[in-house]
Amino acid sequence: MFLLDHLWIILALPLAGAAINGLFGKRWPKSAVNSVAVGAVSLAFLAVAELVREFAQLRPEQIPYFKNYFPWMTAGPLHVDFALQVDQLSVVMLLTVSFVGMLIHIYSTGYMAHEGGYYRFFSYLNLFMFFMLTLVLAANVVVMFVGWEGVGLCSYLLIGFWFLKQSAINAGKKAFIVTRIGDFGFTVGILLLFWTFRSVDFGTIFAKASTWPAESMTQAGTLTIISLLLFTGAIGKSAQLPLYVWLPDAMEGPTPVSALIHAATMVTAGVYMVARMNPLFSRAPIAMLAVAIVGALTAFYSATIGLVQTDIKKVLAYSTVSQLGYMFLACGVGAYAAGVFHLMTHAFFKGLLFLAAGSVIHAMGGEQDMLKMGGLRKKIPVTYWTMFIATLAIAGIPGFAGFFSKDEILNAAGSGPHANVWLWGLGLVAAGLTSFYMFRLIFLTFFGKPRFDEHKVHVHESPRNMTIPLIVLAILSTTGGWFAAPHLMRGTDYFESFLHPVFATYAPEHPVGQEESLSGAAASELEPSPGMELLHAVTGPPVVVGILGLLLAWWFYIKRPEVPQRLAQTLRGPYTLLLNKYYVDETYLAMVVRPLLWVSTNVLWHAVDEGAIDGTVNGAATVAREAGGQVRELQSGNARSYATWVVFGAVGFTVLMLGLWMVR
Amino acid sequence: MSVVPISYYLVLSVILFGMGAVAVVFKRNIITIFMAIELMLNAVNLAFVAFARAWNQLDGLVFVFFVIVVAAAEAAVGLAIVITIVQNRQTLNVERVNLLKL
Repeated sequence: MFLLDHLWIILALPLAGAAINGLFGKRWPKSAVNSVAVGAVSLAFLAVAELVREFAQLRPEQIPYFKNYFPWMTAGPLHVDFALQVDQLSVVMLLTVSFVGMLIHIYSTGYMAHEGGYYRFFSYLNLFMFFMLTLVLAANVVVMFVGWEGVGLCSYLLIGFWFLKQSAINAGKKAFIVTRIGDFGFTVGILLLFWTFRSVDFGTIFAKASTWPAESMTQAGTLTIISLLLFTGAIGKSAQLPLYVWLPDAMEGPTPVSALIHAATMVTAGVYMVARMNPLFSRAPIAMLAVAIVGALTAFYSATIGLVQTDIKKVLAYSTVSQLGYMFLACGVGAYAAGVFHLMTHAFFKGLLFLAAGSVIHAMGGEQDMLKMGGLRKKIPVTYWTMFIATLAIAGIPGFAGFFSKDEILNAAGSGPHANVWLWGLGLVAAGLTSFYMFRLIFLTFFGKPRFDEHKVHVHESPRNMTIPLIVLAILSTTGGWFAAPHLMRGTDYFESFLHPVFATYAPEHPVGQEESLSGAAASELEPSPGMELLHAVTGPPVVVGILGLLLAWWFYIKRPEVPQRLAQTLRGPYTLLLNKYYVDETYLAMVVRPLLWVSTNVLWHAVDEGAIDGTVNGAATVAREAGGQVRELQSGNARSYATWVVFGAVGFTVLMLGLWMVR
Repeated sequence: MSVVPISYYLVLSVILFGMGAVAVVFKRNIITIFMAIELMLNAVNLAFVAFARAWNQLDGLVFVFFVIVVAAAEAAVGLAIVITIVQNRQTLNVERVNLLKL
């Protein structure tokens, strides 16, 4: 039980790596920086692996395993400890974060090899790992918030890594400010949590919430408000409607950063938080519905934008937003385990997609426009095959990781206790769109004739430290879904039963609603045989739309490459709308940014600051100086004028006294 | 013997005091100012004596003695200062004695 008792080691390793590289890395050769950075995360991963081994030996009543290190803040009733905890949910997140993080560190040693600021990059990356692991291991909301803000900071630093590039700087600022809007809601939610429960510890909060009678309207209302506020934080962090705008811009950062932070880990923090707070959300049906609606709409909305983007990373960015929408949809319909499962498989295949896209960009010497690629299949086979596998996974082709998780989510949306046919439909359409734009990406990039000057661009496969992470992630994208496979044959879903204690311990007690199944897996037949179940799953609507998307993309971009052109001509209006991302950035600029800037400049700056505040200060000084100038005339040094004033004073005083006496 | 009303004394006192005050303000000769101050002091003395008699109380008379003593002391010190000024500046004009002016 060494690591369970020394959880801090997992956090200390990447923090030490960040500190060492940040302080001394500048003078060191790249190999030394590599060893420190990759060593730190690899050791952290090994520590997590050992932790999982020890965790498996715990008795159920010992979970969550709680470790209090020191009291952090005490003020009146507020008492915050620096406390960590491990439960099944943290274990899943720890494994995902540390393993994918390690692979991406290794990949980065190849991808960033020719970049300046090498030590800085790895220092930030290690720091990110530290904060992300803090976020995952936190045992109270405040420590979680530290991790939450810390990953936001690292995201900002890494998006703006090329700080001489104006667009990168702007993207970093945008990411920071937009997520800050969500974080405001999160902060208020934390305050309200403390106000309501007089505690910030997860365990205490959940225990108190679960003893509340479900009938109490005011308490249900409080929980709804808290849940909605917390979800606001998740909207910002996980790039959901309407705060998703920062994520596509965040692609200005180096590609490994996009893979690690903006696909695999940080953006999923919102999903993790909602899953962690499930006892609160489960008691707030309105908040749950809001989560599901936002998730489904985002999944659909950003998938439509992804259809027409030509920048390879932008397509993946909108795809990430869309997949995060799926995770929220899952949480919103109460299928937290499915959401977390999709989080994990998404970390594998989307991390892989980004890394492979990075490999493509690397091979093309920095080109990101898919219209200037094509025919790369034979030239960079490892990248091609791994990316193809990831695409199969995200498109939900049976057998690959995304199939299992997406199927579970749509199943829950269609036939779970909180099923909703509209949400299910949106999710289904988005699944088809996902498949279409992902295969469009594959076909444009790897098939057809090269659309670049082959004499100028020397296409080359990436070095081994980049391809090995690709291969490992490709294996995970293929096999990562099979944990949950047996549920198709009415067996135990290992993943769900592993996470079950987290989501069941404080679950509300009222009975699960029996609703008609939509996907038709269970209810349509009286006694379905396991084989039929499996058949239904692999021929179910999600798979059908996935394959339809594939075929459509094939027809558009391989069979009849002129069709997309003509379609764009005929549907000029919708096409332009999509190409310009629904003009959301422009709308925000006109409706939020410009008015805010105007108010800041004209009211806050010129009127309030310069006018009122400076005016008061300067005015006070002017009045004093002017008054002094007038009064100093009196002090002439002429004794007779003093005498005159004395006489006047005496006369004035006498008159005053007489006047008062007469009045009385 | 008819008693003179107190208002007569007071009016005379005010007139004397006012003349003294005006002289202090407007005159430049330091000796004249000095005399004007004496005039004001004695105007006050007159008022004190009049009140003391009118209300049959000794307090006012006691004050008058104090004022006379102070006036004598003031005359002694003041004239000494005047002599010193005249020796140093060869003038009696107070407007020329302005070295302490700002």
